[in-house]
This record gives sequence, C-alpha cells and structure tokens, in this order.
Amino acid sequence: MKLTHDDVRKVARLARLELEDTEIESLSADLSAILGYIEKLAELGTDNVEPTASVVTMQAALRADAVTNTRNPEKTVANAPATRNHYFVVPRIIE
Amino acid sequence: MRPRPATTTSSCRGLSNNVSGLHLLTIEEAARRLAARETSSLELTEACLSEIERTDGEIGSFLEVTADLARKQAKKADARIAAGKDIAPLTGVPIALKDLFITEGVRTTCASKILHNFVPTYQGTVAGRLADAGAVLVGKANMDEFAMGSSCENSALGRTSNPWNTAYVPGGSSGGSASAVAARQALGSYGTDTGGSIRLPASFCGVVGLKPTYGRVSRYGVIAFASSLDQVGPFATSIRGAAALLGAVAGHDPRDSTSIDTPVPDYTSGLGSDLKGVRVGVPKEYFIEGLEPDVEARVREALAKLEELGAELVQVSLPHTEYAVATYYIVATAEASSNLGRYDGVRFGLRTGEEQGLAAMYGRTRDQGFGDEVKRRIMLGTYALSAGYYDAYYLKAMKVRTLIRRDFIQAFERCDVIASPTGATTAFKFGERSGDPLAMYLTDVLTISTNLAGLPGMSQPCGFDSEGMPVGLQLIGKPLDEQMLFKVGAAFEDATDFHTKIPTSVAA
Amino acid sequence: MSKGETQRTELDYVLEKWEPVIGLEVHAQLLTESKLFCGCSARFGAPANANTCPVCTGMPGVLPVLNKRAVEYAIRGALATGCKINPVSRWDRKNYFYPDLPKSYQISQFEKPYCEGGEVSVDVDGETRHIRLTRIHMEEDAGKSIHEGNSEYSLVDLNRSSVPLLEIVSEPDLRSAVEAAAYMRKMRSILRYIGICDGNMNEGSMRCDANVSLRPRGSETLGTRAEIKNMNSFRSIERAVNYEICRQADILDAGGKIVQETRLWDADLGETRSMRSKEEAHDYRYFPEPDLLPLVIDDDLIEKVRARMPELPDARRERFVSQYGLSEADAGVLTSAKELADFFEQALAEHPNSKAIANWVMGDIIRLANDAAVDSEPDFSKIPCSPVQLAGLIRLIDDGTISGKIAKDVFGKMCGTTETAATIVEREGLVQESDEGKIGEVIDTLLAANPDKVAEYRAGKEKMLGFFVGQVMKETQGKANPGVVNKLLKEKLTD
Repeated sequence: MKLTHDDVRKVARLARLELEDTEIESLSADLSAILGYIEKLAELGTDNVEPTASVVTMQAALRADAVTNTRNPEKTVANAPATRNHYFVVPRIIE
Repeated sequence: MRPRPATTTSSCRGLSNNVSGLHLLTIEEAARRLAARETSSLELTEACLSEIERTDGEIGSFLEVTADLARKQAKKADARIAAGKDIAPLTGVPIALKDLFITEGVRTTCASKILHNFVPTYQGTVAGRLADAGAVLVGKANMDEFAMGSSCENSALGRTSNPWNTAYVPGGSSGGSASAVAARQALGSYGTDTGGSIRLPASFCGVVGLKPTYGRVSRYGVIAFASSLDQVGPFATSIRGAAALLGAVAGHDPRDSTSIDTPVPDYTSGLGSDLKGVRVGVPKEYFIEGLEPDVEARVREALAKLEELGAELVQVSLPHTEYAVATYYIVATAEASSNLGRYDGVRFGLRTGEEQGLAAMYGRTRDQGFGDEVKRRIMLGTYALSAGYYDAYYLKAMKVRTLIRRDFIQAFERCDVIASPTGATTAFKFGERSGDPLAMYLTDVLTISTNLAGLPGMSQPCGFDSEGMPVGLQLIGKPLDEQMLFKVGAAFEDATDFHTKIPTSVAA
Repeated sequence: MSKGETQRTELDYVLEKWEPVIGLEVHAQLLTESKLFCGCSARFGAPANANTCPVCTGMPGVLPVLNKRAVEYAIRGALATGCKINPVSRWDRKNYFYPDLPKSYQISQFEKPYCEGGEVSVDVDGETRHIRLTRIHMEEDAGKSIHEGNSEYSLVDLNRSSVPLLEIVSEPDLRSAVEAAAYMRKMRSILRYIGICDGNMNEGSMRCDANVSLRPRGSETLGTRAEIKNMNSFRSIERAVNYEICRQADILDAGGKIVQETRLWDADLGETRSMRSKEEAHDYRYFPEPDLLPLVIDDDLIEKVRARMPELPDARRERFVSQYGLSEADAGVLTSAKELADFFEQALAEHPNSKAIANWVMGDIIRLANDAAVDSEPDFSKIPCSPVQLAGLIRLIDDGTISGKIAKDVFGKMCGTTETAATIVEREGLVQESDEGKIGEVIDTLLAANPDKVAEYRAGKEKMLGFFVGQVMKETQGKANPGVVNKLLKEKLTD
C-alpha cells in the first residue's frame, strides 16, 4: 500500500494535524512502509472468525442513577487556556 | 534526537555515597523494617530522594520529583505506623509513578508538550489507592510520549538513560519507571504496558516488571494510549516486591467498566515452594531468528533452572505470533487516534494558532503539541478507521486478534505458564532504532501477543549479555493467574542471584 | 416575495406532481437524574459548566460508566414502540472534532443498536397511518456552543455533554409535512406517557432531523434526500419540510439535481440553507468503544421493565371507549396527552359522570391549557384547576345546587385558587333557588307588574315566555332553578 502525499494530507485533515510539507514527505514514506508490513495480515483467512473488540467477557456493572458529583465549575476550567465566567472560550465557531 | 556522548557508570563514583543504604532494600524488607519500627518512612524517603539528587542528572528517570509531597506523606505514614492502625503493605514505601497516572495537584504530562502544563484537579484510581495505602510518591517518571515507543527516546520532555550503562536506552515506554527502580531511586514504581511497555524496560534495566491480566487494575486515571490493551503494572527489584505492589492497586473499580470484579488474592503468600507439577510451555515461535545469542543462552539456562526446580518443560506452539505486530499496530493506533482527539487546545494543555481561527488552532496545537511518533500513530490509526479501509484493516485486525487469543487458549491446555525471552535483544544504544519506525515496532515482537490476548506477563532478570546488559525472562500466565507467575518467578529468584546485582552507579 | 407567502398555492401545485418521502430522526433526552456516563446532574438550566466533571468534559484518563436507569428507560421506549430488543448490543465511538464535543468522539450505538423494528400509528385527517421505525439507539449528547453577536470568540458550556439521548429513526414512511409533525406529536405523547422524556422542545429535550426527498407520483424509487436540522417546534417541522419540498421541486422542475447534504432550518427567515462547511470531510470513523463492554439486555430485565410500563396512548383510548362509553373521537382527544387523560380519570374518580367531565375537560380545560401554550403547543402541566376542583363543580350541577350558567362563573372564580366550588358557591350565595313558593312570589309580582305582556302571551305570543324567564333570572341574580321557573311561569300564565 503506497500512500501519496494527497492521501497523507487527507488523513491529516481528518486528524486535525496541520503538517509541515517535510512531515508529509516523511509520513508518506513511513506509513507506506508500515502499511506494507501490515499487508501480511491479508495472508490469513478470517472469513468465519469472530472479531475480538475486547478480551473482557464479563457483563458490565451499571451505575445507579444518582447525582454524585458536586458542582465545581472552577475545577472544570482550571486548566483551560481561555475562559470567561466558567465558559471555555474558543475562536469563533463558523457554522 | 542526537544521543549524548556515552558516559560510563564510573562517572558517578566521585559523588558521596548514600550513607543509610535504605534505598537498596527490597519492598518486602523495607516493609518488615517499617513494621518492626527499625526504620522510618522518612528515612527511607530521604534515602531515595538523596539518590535521585545524586544520580538523576545522569539517568533522568524523573520528569518531576515530588520531594515536598513525599516528605509530607512519609511523616503521615510514620504517624500511621506509630499509631499501629490501618497499616497496609505499602504504608511508608517510596514509589514512583509513570507520568501518565493522573495525580491530583501534581503535574501530569504524558511526556508530551501538549500536556506540559496540565495539573489534574481530580485523582486517578491508582494514585488514590496508593495514597490511601500510605505509599510515598517520590516523583513522576519519564516515558515515551503518550506511551508510544520502546526506548523512552520519544519523550518530549526529557531523556532517560539505562542505569547499567548510560549509552543505552532504558527501554520503553515506561523507561523512567524501570530506570528509577534499577537505579534504586525508588523501591518500586508503576508503569503501563500496552504492547510490552512494562516488560521490555524491566528486561532492559534488569528489574522485575509485571503486566497483569487486562482488567485486573483500574485504568481510571491512566491517560489512555490504546484502551483495549493498556494495563497498569508494577516494577520492583524482587518478585515479592512486585507482588506487594500489584496487591495494593489491583481489584474492581466502579469507575472502570472494564475492570474485573473478582477478589484479589494475597499475591505475596505461598511463594517459595518448588515447582513440582508445574508445566512450563516453551513456544517455538518465540525463539526466533534475530534472537541475540546471549539472550537465547541466558533464557535457555533459566529454563534449565526451572526444570531443576521441579518444573516440566513442554513444547507449545503459538502459530499466529508473526501476525501480532501487524495486528497490534492497527488496533493500538486506531484506538489511539480516537483517544488523542481530546488534545485540541480547548479545555487544557497547549493552545497555539488561535489568532488564525478555530481550524488553525486545532491543526497547529496538535501539530506542534505532538511529537513525530505520536503523529505517525495518529495518522496510521486515522487511516485504518477511515471510510473504505475499516474492513481491510481494523476489522481484519480484530479477527486476527481472535486467532492470537485462540493460540494461547490451546497452548494453555498443555501448560500452566509460558516462558520465553522478553526482548529479542538486550538494551540498544540511543539512536540505534529511532530512525526506522518499523524496526522499533519489531522490538515488541515477543511481548505484544500477551496484550492482544489480555494475559498476564512478567519479565524478571535472568543474567547478562557480554556487554554486561541485563537479559529478561518472560513468563506468561492464564487469565487472572498472576499467582503462577509469582510462584515460578519467586522459585527462580530464590535459586539465583541475578536480582541482587545492581548497576555500579548506585550508591552502596 | 418570500416563499412563505406563496407556499400554499405553490405547495398544492408541487404535490400534484411530486410525492414527498420523509423520514424523521428524533432525539429524545431521557429523564434520568444523572448523565449517561457520569454522576453529574442531567438537569437543564444550570450556570455554565456547573454540571460537569472530568468524565463529561473529556479530561485525560477518565472512563465512562453506564447509567442503569438510562438503559431501563430505553427499554421502555422499545416496548412502547414495538421494537425488538437485541440481547447484546454494542457501543461505538463516532469521531469528529468540535469544541462542544470534549472527547472528540460521541459514544453512540452504530453497528448494533439496542433495538430495531417497531411501528407507531399516526392519525392524520381521520386516517390512521402506520409509520415503521428502523431502529432506536442510545447515545450521549454534546455540549453547547454560544456565539455572541459578532464576537471573534465562541463560548462552550458542557452541562449538556453526556446527557442521555434516544435516537429514534423512522423509515421514510411519512408523506407530508403535516404527517411529519403528527408523527412527532405522537412520539412526544408516547415518550411522555411512559415517563422517559419531558418532550420539552424549547429546551431541546426533544429535537428532530428530517430526511426529505421527492419522487414523481407513482414512482417507487427514492430520490436524493436532504437532511434538515434545527427544527425546534412542531410548527417548524411543518414549515421547514414544506419549504424543503418546494425548494426541491423548483430544482427538479428546472431539470436540476438535488445535492445530498445537510441543511439548517432558519425559522426567522423561513428557509433552509446548506451547511456545506460542516459536511466537509465528514468521516466518523466508527469503531467499537473499548472503554465499555457490550450492552447485555436479558429477558429478566425486559420483564422487570415491562411490569412497570405505564399504559400507552392507543390502549388508553380504547379503554376510555369501552370503560366510559366515550366516542372514539372524544377518547382520542382526552388521551392525546397523558396529563389530560390523567386529569380526566382523576376527576372521574371523584365524581362518576364521564360525559359531563369529558365535556368540561375538552372544553374549558383544554382552553386553559391553550392559554398557557408555549409555541402554540398546549401546556397541560399549567392547568390552573385541579381534577378534584372540577369534579366538585360538576357534582354541584348534577345535584341541582347550581345551574350550568352559574357553574361557568364559579369555574372562572375557582381557577388559579385552591378553593372548592362549594366554598365559592356558599360564600357568594350562588346556591340555586328551587323553592316553588319563593320563585312563585317573584313570578306573581312580575306578572302583576306587566299585565300587557301577560295579555300578549295569552293571546298566543308564546315568545313572551322568554321575556318572563329572563326577568325572573334577573330578579334572582341567576340563582333561580331554570326548570322550576319555566314550569311555574307556564302554570301561572295559563291560569
């Protein structure tokens, strides 16, 4: 599998990474090599194999519906780069 | 990153020695002395802090040393012991945490620029359980950024060297946690293992490192790399120490839906018996081409020792081993690409480019905040999940994961524990593999399957190569059978003296 | 000229040629105390980020834990709509970047929802239509972004982040804007009946998106659809869908092609507009959520929930017909909202006159609810009169204490107070006068004072009776029993 520069740019857009041109260059080579290695999976027949998403086979315990958190908006925004009145502030979202 | 010029361990010798020697104790010995009031937690803590002070400029285990907090916790632990109440096995024991454990009020960076200033306002389960047990946190240990790497070279915030020889990497991703224990800067530490990130650095640094069964330790408060693979585990200089460390954090956590709700046994009990009746499986696929002769020789010697101790060696096969790395690099990167989306400059951490608008803020914060390896994996994972490729990559990988699990289920019909080398090589030098991502990925070839199958795996010292670098023996157990690993490990440890060897840099 | 003004005629023309094909995706917020995956309050209206914690703000290292009641409510929703519950379903991550989506993914159910199939019946113009459901799944809500005027910044509030939602997806079985709105009304009624959603469209606890396409009448193939978002009232649904039908018809009639896209309804301008900016590079990269185990819903749990299921609107309507002898139409009106049906039955428990109570409820009570209407939807939670009060009033009519006319006055005085009708009638001396002696005296005086009118009546001008009745009622301040007045007048006038 060969990843072109355009492929890399498209994936970078999806991942919200504003890559430098040199990064696109090297990633195109690196990812192509890694995907080439990964292609070996195609050798394996897996038609009737169930996928494993998690190795945990038990049932999940559910949480009782109760409000257990106390209000503390200061904590929520304590690490935020920009806030106003406990809101997070971001550059204008254009709809 | 250009490696620093190699330094020999003798360069530390000029500094004054650490007089008390308390930093050299195993956890079980420290706990005994604390209980007997032969020593105090503050003395133990000071011994570790002064060893950090003395050697960490050279080794670089820590991103942050929490000396004030440690002294405060040590005094509290001493008061607890003096009161004779509420004493846990780790009360008063100085430990280190990989810097991806959320620690309330203590900066937690994941060794990433994107979290360089992040101070959690909440407590993670592991840090909380340790604090409750009265353990003493001496610092946050360096790691590969977001736990992505096998050498610790991918840290954006510091360089960690192997205490046995500072020209060598400590292994990764939990490199600082391993080096801290190997350099006796803490009596024990915790790391995480997603594809070998505890076992490999344990092997490279000559200490015991255990990755428990997936779900045995809560992941709440562990900054996620690959959620279906990440698992918390301890480093210690002894098997019994590792057992005590695991016992302190294991067990169901209502805040982690994937944590297993079965009782936690006393891992430290019943150790020291012989190995009669224990069947040790030796997988032929783990003695591969590329295995360093010294590594193979030490591991074969270790297997012979186990046989001598009463174990029965049986050949087993794990036929899908060669597909594990490829499977892992799809599953892990796909999950990572999603887990790392939250680093967007909105609620915490680095923010750049906001003056150019929202899209630029996202793109630049993430481009500048993440290092090359993290970006590489985000890209790979994003690609593997993107429209049109899901079936060929992610779905395929989940299916191969099933085949890899089945290999182990079948192997464990014939044996109680599987033994192999932990790494195909001993520690390598800085820069040796960092130019070739794929070569670096293959470093984990012997550890990755364990994560894909969710099984417990442990590395313990079993000798040295011709360069004097440690070799690790890997033991893999059945689900939730950590006890078997401790039993075999303790028998081996009791019959050998590898664990007593310490790097010459450590103050005697 | 705006579309709104020409819509009616244009729409009629369009509908002759084109058949609209509409499917609705309804988002309903579940009425749990806490959020879907953390212990924060799920209530609306708190100050910015007050109802947040590390989990619902996507801080590093946190994990979701599923709310049990949300699952039980979801099962109710499935049972109420006849969906088939999957014994094992799965959580998936839907990945996209947006400032109000803190984890950069929404935990949802994509590949395997917890239930599928099902059907809802909708009455439009006296005809019952059966609308099939594709599926219902559970998911968490996102937060809220606020854009103030022309500010260069937006504000993000995560109180709503991770609040539990059901997404109810219909098949494209709806054929008009009116049907779409009726379907939404029915869905709202069902969800409120079973107590899992407050249906408050203003606060966003119920919202919908519509997939709209057109095809030539007689055709069976589906046209290209547009997805309409941001319709936050029944009226908006109708207007937006009608606008969209006309817009698409204009394009198709001119030989153009419909672009598959998301369009935003602007209620102020009365039009939908393309959201192409949001569409760009949307690739949600769904994959199984590794932090949650598959959701297992076993028969025990289903039966436990079923045992506590409230009666559904359609069943209640049938019962009202058979049990109370109401007409289908009246029963339909009374059961259209749970509060209204509850009101009726609570009043009935106090005073067993189903016909009279039904008439009062369908008349005055609905009028009051309409007066309290929000966005032209009656609000039955704000009726200023209790069922017990109404029953007491009707009892006074039925036992002859007051007349129907006085009752209307008493009702007006009673509303908004906690007084009983009897108290008001007593205090204001409104008890009906039925004493023939007393009424007879009034009549005698009246007849004596109006000999000319008496003569007219006796000469055959029977209309004069009304005059005498009116005068008696006036003289008695309306308290005279009209039956007694009539009877006595006739007797005395024919003497």
